[in-house]
Amino acid sequence: MAMKTGVEIEQLIQLLAKLPGLGPRSARRAALFLIKKKDTLLRPLAEAMALAADRVVTCSSCGNVDTIDPCAICSDHRRDKSLICVVEEVGDLWALERAGALSGLYHVLGGTLSALDGVGPDDLNISGLVERAAQGEVREVVLALNATVDGQTTAHYIIDRLEGTGVAVSQLAHGVPVGGELDYLDDGTLTEAIRARRPY
Amino acid sequence: MTQSVTASWGWSSQADMDWSDEGIVLTTRRHGETSLIVELLTRRHGRHAGLVRGGTSRRHKAMLQPGNTLAAHWRARLEEHLGAYSFEPVKTRAAGLMSDRLCLAGLNAMCALTVVCLPEREAHERLYDAFEIVLGAMEDLTVWSALYVKWEIGLLRELGFGLDFSHCAATGVTDNLKYLSPKSGNAVSEGAAGPYKDRLFVIPAFLREDRLGGADGMEGILEGLKMTGYFIERRLLRPHGLDLPEARYRLEDLLRREAA
Repeated sequence: MAMKTGVEIEQLIQLLAKLPGLGPRSARRAALFLIKKKDTLLRPLAEAMALAADRVVTCSSCGNVDTIDPCAICSDHRRDKSLICVVEEVGDLWALERAGALSGLYHVLGGTLSALDGVGPDDLNISGLVERAAQGEVREVVLALNATVDGQTTAHYIIDRLEGTGVAVSQLAHGVPVGGELDYLDDGTLTEAIRARRPY
Repeated sequence: MTQSVTASWGWSSQADMDWSDEGIVLTTRRHGETSLIVELLTRRHGRHAGLVRGGTSRRHKAMLQPGNTLAAHWRARLEEHLGAYSFEPVKTRAAGLMSDRLCLAGLNAMCALTVVCLPEREAHERLYDAFEIVLGAMEDLTVWSALYVKWEIGLLRELGFGLDFSHCAATGVTDNLKYLSPKSGNAVSEGAAGPYKDRLFVIPAFLREDRLGGADGMEGILEGLKMTGYFIERRLLRPHGLDLPEARYRLEDLLRREAA
């Protein structure tokens, strides 16, 4: 027998089920949990979401998401403005920020070129990158794109587009990940790791 | 006996719904959060899609890059279902191709043309073998680019639109065949070409002499690409309202810059 709940609760469950990692059953559990903690969780969460929906904007310079435009990274004067790191998605930018390995600025492309999925250069934020690189302050562009065929196709395309701007272009290394065991690596990664070996 | 009876009644045999074959990865599309729909060009089952559960995992993703060859096992409840793949890597060459933009462009063009031109689940063993040969030769640009043009000629032939380099369409002679008619796809001898030369395709030396790399070098490759691109677009794609894939244009563009 179908469970009878109010329209509002059903709508909450349906919306929660659209979140990554949640299916209809887990969305139902999450909804129940939120309802139980109505004052301590549901209401603050709803307010935080409404606030984020109102205030979150995409940075007009780098494509990051923030509540200010330019974003906090682009407007941080301590950042090295001569270095731009190109990433596919905002999630990649967050990953690099977590690592804290880069003191420069970022540029979010919004995806990768894919002829089969109909994603062309005009669908990505590549022109914006070329404009930024041509402004004179930039000395190096680091391509931090995924080591996939689409990612590397995009990288080669960007290298072509940056030709003539006088900016140095570098790319993340490919090879053995930390904690990786050689026995479990695929042949291609091992070959790349051998090819990119460095002397001590 | 069982198979022939089931086939005549329009039923699928177990062999149609559970098979093993070798296949080259053409494309992958995300399905849900952890699975991928993978399209392979298989030797005996043609272009064939299937679900790979857990395909987005770190362990699987490296193997499911376009250009890699897999020993694939496909299983479905009914023949017309999407079905699911399980696989073992045979040749993981994608990582090696990624660092060379020309190789990557060649791989992308072949994958894109295969997906756009080949019908699903129709075996083209010769085309599969030629695909493997081109990928295997990608260390030497002169060799693989010539093989690539021959692969496109093979694609046209497999789909029933073969070009005829054997004799002159106008006179029937078999020597001095330097041109190809854009109308018929047949060779034209130098003597018969006469005043129409400008309207005909030049057959590059490596195709005339049937060897890899010709006296006309990269210029010959570009002539060959112009010719095959024209026929693929006119005969295979335009009837379906399609253009040459962007990846194919990019390959031609990069080779043109390489030649300059």
